[in-house]
Parts: sequence; C-alpha cells; structure tokens
Amino acid sequence: MRLGHGPMTPVPHRVVGRREETKDVMTLSVAPLADRPMVFRPGQFNMLTAFGVGEVAISVSSAPGEAGPLRHCLRDVGPVTHALCRARVGDLIGVRGPFGTDWGIGDLDRSGGGDIVVVAGGIGLAPLRGAVEQLVREGTGRIFLIIGAREPAQVIFADDLRAWAEAGAEVAVTVDVAPAGWGGHVGVVTSLLGGSRFDPARADAMVCGPEIMMRLTARALIDRGVDPARIRVSLERNMQCGVGWCGHCQLGPLLLCRDGPILPYAGAVAHLLTERER
Amino acid sequence: MRVGEAAVIDPRGLDELIRLLGDLGYETKGPVVRDGAIMPGAVRGVEDLPAGYQDEQAPGHYRLRRGEGDSLFAWAVGPGSWKAEMFSPTEELWRALVHGDDVSITEPESPVAPLAIIGARPCELAAMAVLDRVLADSAVPDPHYVARREGAFVVAAECGHPAATCFCTSMGTGPGVESGFDLALSELNDAGGHRFVLRVGTERGADVLARLSVAAATVDDLAARNQMVSRAAGAVHRQLANEGLPALLARNQEHPRWDEVAERCLACGNCTLVCPTCFCSDVRDTSDLSGEVRRGRVWASCFDLDHSYLHGGSVRTSVSSRYRQWLTHKLSTWWDQFGTSGCIGCGRCIAWCPVGIDITEEAAAIRETDGAVHAATARGVGPR
Amino acid sequence: MTRASIAELVSAHPLLTGLPDDAVVQVAECASNVGFDPGALLLVEGGPADTLYLLRRGRVAIELHSPGHGSKVIETVGPGGIVGLSWLFPPFRWQFDARATEKVVAIAIDAPCLRAKAQADDALGRALAERVAAMLLDRLQTTRIRVLNLYDEDGAATREAPR
Repeated sequence: MRLGHGPMTPVPHRVVGRREETKDVMTLSVAPLADRPMVFRPGQFNMLTAFGVGEVAISVSSAPGEAGPLRHCLRDVGPVTHALCRARVGDLIGVRGPFGTDWGIGDLDRSGGGDIVVVAGGIGLAPLRGAVEQLVREGTGRIFLIIGAREPAQVIFADDLRAWAEAGAEVAVTVDVAPAGWGGHVGVVTSLLGGSRFDPARADAMVCGPEIMMRLTARALIDRGVDPARIRVSLERNMQCGVGWCGHCQLGPLLLCRDGPILPYAGAVAHLLTERER
Repeated sequence: MRVGEAAVIDPRGLDELIRLLGDLGYETKGPVVRDGAIMPGAVRGVEDLPAGYQDEQAPGHYRLRRGEGDSLFAWAVGPGSWKAEMFSPTEELWRALVHGDDVSITEPESPVAPLAIIGARPCELAAMAVLDRVLADSAVPDPHYVARREGAFVVAAECGHPAATCFCTSMGTGPGVESGFDLALSELNDAGGHRFVLRVGTERGADVLARLSVAAATVDDLAARNQMVSRAAGAVHRQLANEGLPALLARNQEHPRWDEVAERCLACGNCTLVCPTCFCSDVRDTSDLSGEVRRGRVWASCFDLDHSYLHGGSVRTSVSSRYRQWLTHKLSTWWDQFGTSGCIGCGRCIAWCPVGIDITEEAAAIRETDGAVHAATARGVGPR
Repeated sequence: MTRASIAELVSAHPLLTGLPDDAVVQVAECASNVGFDPGALLLVEGGPADTLYLLRRGRVAIELHSPGHGSKVIETVGPGGIVGLSWLFPPFRWQFDARATEKVVAIAIDAPCLRAKAQADDALGRALAERVAAMLLDRLQTTRIRVLNLYDEDGAATREAPR
C-alpha cells in the first residue's frame, strides 16, 4: 500500500459497518487501514471519496473517544453519496479531514450547570450526534433535544435518542405528518420551543437542519430569551476542497469550510441567512 | 551589487540575464506575442520578447499592433496573467489504483525546473501577493502553488505604457514597484539609448546579477526611471474610489444596479479567467477502463451556475446574483476573507469582457446611488 | 367543581389569560372541567361545533381519516393549546377528528353558550376573536412551513456537488 501525503489526498479507510437509518440515509462506519484513528471535534466534517466517482463533505457523527470506528451519516442525493451509500462492509473509501469549526462544546461554560438546547431537523442531527453523545456522557447540566423530521420513519439515530432519554436528556420528536397512533408531536420544531422547560437565560443552543428551519428556530430561541451569541448553527454551501482554496463555499465574508460550518448565529450569520440570493 | 542598488544594462545585457537564468536551471518565461495578444510564453533570449509591440485597450477591446520603435515593454498587460504558472488551470492531485482489498495512491512529482518570470508587471506582483494570501498563507497551504511560487525567480518590468483600462494607481499596485521582485527592470528608450535600469530586490537577485558584468545606474538613469514611472502614473486615468468601498458594497446588496448590469452580463466567465487573482477551482474525478482513477483540479468561475450548487439546485441562479458575488467578493468580502482587496487594478476584466462591463464604473454607480433598493424588495412598492 | 375554581382554570389558560374578571366569569359560565382517556375522540369530523376544549394536560392529535389508509395526524396540540377552531364561524361544523393520544385534562366550553355571550358583550366578543385569531395565525404559519417539506432539503451533513 502506498499513501499520499498532500492535503487533497485521501487516507484509505475500510467500511466496517453500515446501518440504514431511513430508506435513503445511511450511517457508514469506517476504520483507517494503517493510520491511527482520526482526532476530531464534534461538528467538524470530512471529505469522503468514493474512488472513481468523487468526493463529498460529510460531517463526523461519532463522538471523540467514543468506542468503535468513525461514523458518518449521509443521504443519497447524488452520484458520490449514492456510491457511498451502496458501499459494502469491506469496501475501501477515502477520508480527508477533519475540517472546519466545531460546536465548541469544550468552550461552553458548564460549571454553572446551564442548559443545552439542541434543535435538529432531518439529517441535521448527524453533525450534532457526537456533541450530544459527549455532553450526555459528561453528564453536566440538563440537555433538551428537539428533533424534527418529515415523518416518523425519517427520524435518524432512534436508538441514540432512546439512550439519551434514558440517560436523562429531555427528548422531544416532532414530525410534519404522521399515521394515527404516532405517540410524538406533529408540528414544526419551533412549536415545541415554547413548551420546553430550559432556562433561556443560561442556555446554549445548537441548531442544525435546513436553512429555513435554522433561521426560524434561532428567532424562536431569541424570542424566548436565549442570547444570540450562544446560539450556534451549522451552515451549508458547496464544498469541494475543505481547506479554503476552491472558493465554492463562500457565504458573503465567510469561507464556510474554513470559518464554518459551525458559527454563532449572532451578527453576520443572522444577516447572511436573510440576505437574498436570486 | 546589493539589495536596493541599481545597475543599468542594454538589451544585450537583458539577453545575457535571460540566458544566464536558463543556464542556472530556470525555465525562463516572459511576454511573447501569441494569438494576437501578449501572453506568457517561453523566452530563451531578448529575441523572443515583443519588440515594438503596443497594445490598445478599452472596455471590450484589445488590439496589439506593431509600432515603430524597438521597445520590449511598450504595452500594458495581455489576457494571460502569471497566475496560470503558479496555480495551474488543470492540476492532477493524485491517481489511485484500487485493486480488491488494497489501494495505492500516488501524487504527481513537483515540477522539475523552477520558473524564472521575465517582465512581470507591478500589478501582477501585487496579484501574486494576493494569491499568496489565499493559497500559501492558508492554514493548509496548497503545496502545488507553494512549490512553484517559492521556486520562482521574478524579474519585474515597471510599466511605462499603461492602457486605458488600467487603474493600478487607485489600487496602489503600479506603475512602479518597490518590492516583491528579485530584480526589477525599468525600460528607458530615449536620447540616452535603449537601456534598462535594473534594481536588486533580493539576495537571490543580487547573486544572479553578480554573475554578469554590469555598470551601476547613473543619477541620470535613475532620474529617467523616476520620470518614466511618474509619467506612466499620470497616464492612468481610470479610477476606482476605494474609500469605504467594502462597506458600501456590503450595504448595497439589493441595489438595482446589479439587475441592470446583469442585463448586459453574459455570465461567460471571461473576467474570472483573465483575472490574476480569481482562485476558484473545481475538484473532478476521472476514471478509465484500466481501473485507474484520477482526481484533478480545474479553474472554476463563480459565473457558472454549478459554482454554488447544493443538492437540489444552485444558490445563485440569476446572473444578477452571480455578478454581485463576483464584484462584491473582489472589492468587499475579499477583505474579510484575506485582509486585502481581491482587485489589483490591471483592467483585464474590463478589456476582455465581451460587452465591456467595467468594474470601476459599476462600483461608482453604486456609490453614486448608495442605498437605492431593488424595486422588488423596496417597501411599499408593488409589482412592476 | 365550583364556578370560582373553573374561573381560575379559565383565566390560567393562555387563550384567556389576562382577560378582565367579568369576562372570565362569563366564559366560566359556559365551561366545565373534563378528562379523556388515550384514544378518546374529542371532536368528530362533520359534527356540530358545539364544544371546544382548552387543553390543560396531555396531547391531542388532529386527524383526518381516509378509507383504506387509516388516519393521518395533521397536527398535535399540547397543554395551553386549543382543540376546535370552527366553533367561532358558520357553519359551526368540525373539519377534523381530534383524538387524545395520552391522558387529557381540558376545559370544555359550550360553544353556543360562548357565542351567545360574545354576541351580547362586544368587548368579550372582540377579545375572544383577537385571541383566537392569534392562535389561528400561529397554526397557519407553522402549517405553511410544513407545506414546504423542508427536510427534503438536507441538513448540513451532505454537501454534494454535481458531477
């Protein structure tokens, strides 16, 4: 085996596990062939290569120090994600990373026991999984999880949600539409924020999902009294290099692979998310 | 001769310098006439330089013609910048052979010969410094760029013949140059004869010059050089008002001018191709029947619809928002991203725009009606 | 339960909180405290809109039945919410089923009674109309967002470009 060393050269990883989260969302577990396991922080992303097809930016879904291989959760939306979703155990894929900013949970002041509010829409839970796992494991302060999805079958990481709830996190799931007999909520995630019992004055919020949902959620959090500087969102643009060279992930003054994907909602981001591209 | 000192050489001396750089192992490149334009090309000696050529530029207009004289640098800039030499339009990043249980990945070797650039304009040195910030000073430097850039020996040529499209004086990037070169030429072709003041910018430049027998520049030579530069500066008429420009553009995202310019803009991407600082690239994979897969990088343009593609669609679908992205990136958000303007005032985007859109005119139009708002977003204004 | 304690419950519900005392008394005259077991139907599609419910505890699913496809839940309403909106406007007929998905405690309000009081007392009528309209606006806005089918756009986990 020969390995390259350039920043654009992927490190071969073997697929050691795959799990269908929904009919088009897959969690791939991978382990490096030779190198040591990657060191990363929750919220960062990797560039995954399907050899001969291409490369795509996918958030890491594991928690640092979590037993087992590196996990990525991805949705089959194009040729590369399609090839990756079809990878079988034993197949080789390439991994570069980690890149970008993280949720900053190491920087949160948890000594005061402030609340953590996590709002995830659809596959937006994927970049948040590692952060929640780490926070639940550390067990400091209350955690409020609000999960939105199109329908109950589209909720990812159902086992984790159960485990987190058992560990004391308050988990609420809401869907856009459900068959009768669904025990959860039906409605948008913002509808659940009003009733959630977190203390807005000492809450840190992490939000990931479709851009419209993040915008509305951030506003609803601010309406409840959460400090905009303590709301973090995960932003998405076309990413092709991960290292700030290719220019595709520009969002106004930001290069999202370098300055993001995780950013505080306050200030520039709030403005950028309402600025209209046509 | 030491850094900061100046020699004077005649065209034969320049020829010796070019050949010496070749002998020292450099791949010597400089301005040559190709396809009716001044372009970067291989130069083995002075005979390859564009003697007697002059360019005529205007919005959407570039003509090269053979003049009377024998000056080598009596033109401004051509469409091809030195960017392509450092940041290749196509670059192989790696190739891999996946065979069952194993994969071998190989990266291309670094270029064999370092490059010597003869006759880079001051604005182009400024462009190199801008690109350095993007690709070399990044937290993760681009090794391909860094290898070519660090190895390159730069002989600048101060500008005596700015074009009507030039606005380097607004950007502080020309027509003279004080740093960023190993050696700098200032062509003089007057009663004192056809000669070049040759200033030393680096130790490396001094070492090369030490191998040639050159005379020190006289006080008259230096005065003639200063006069040439100030005369050239006086000949630059186009201006870009920089004061408060980044903030001006940032607050005018909904200005009607974006739609107006979009009615002319073809979104062809010419401006991004000729721009010496545009750095966007696509990453592409190819494979063949042998099973070998290759990943490469190719220049990209923010005028392409796919540039902002996210699964499901592009973020910037209209030409208006793509032009706005390009111009505001150059003149406004580049500052946020890299601490400098993305524009160095070479005017290439003006000359090579098929419809003659002028970045300085567009910026000025927005300044003139600062705060104007697109009809569709104006409060209290119904549909048109 | 006494009228006084019903009045307390009425004024504690977000729909009516902050109403003047005499308005609360008027509403309380039409109200009673009720409970439902999981699965119980509070409203039936097509039925007369004669009782609305202000939820105090538990969750209620607003459903629509489709023969052969079972029921679809369109929205769930929790504590502080209102079940039944069609009582304020003709033809006073429920559009959806409403079913308790867990144990529910609610204030049941006799709609003809409340309509008569609103008719007779302009201030009460206006206050009720304003508050129901605010809740309707919230329902409309959140429903509009769901119509977008947002989650078909991805979250930040997948940033695939075209090839």
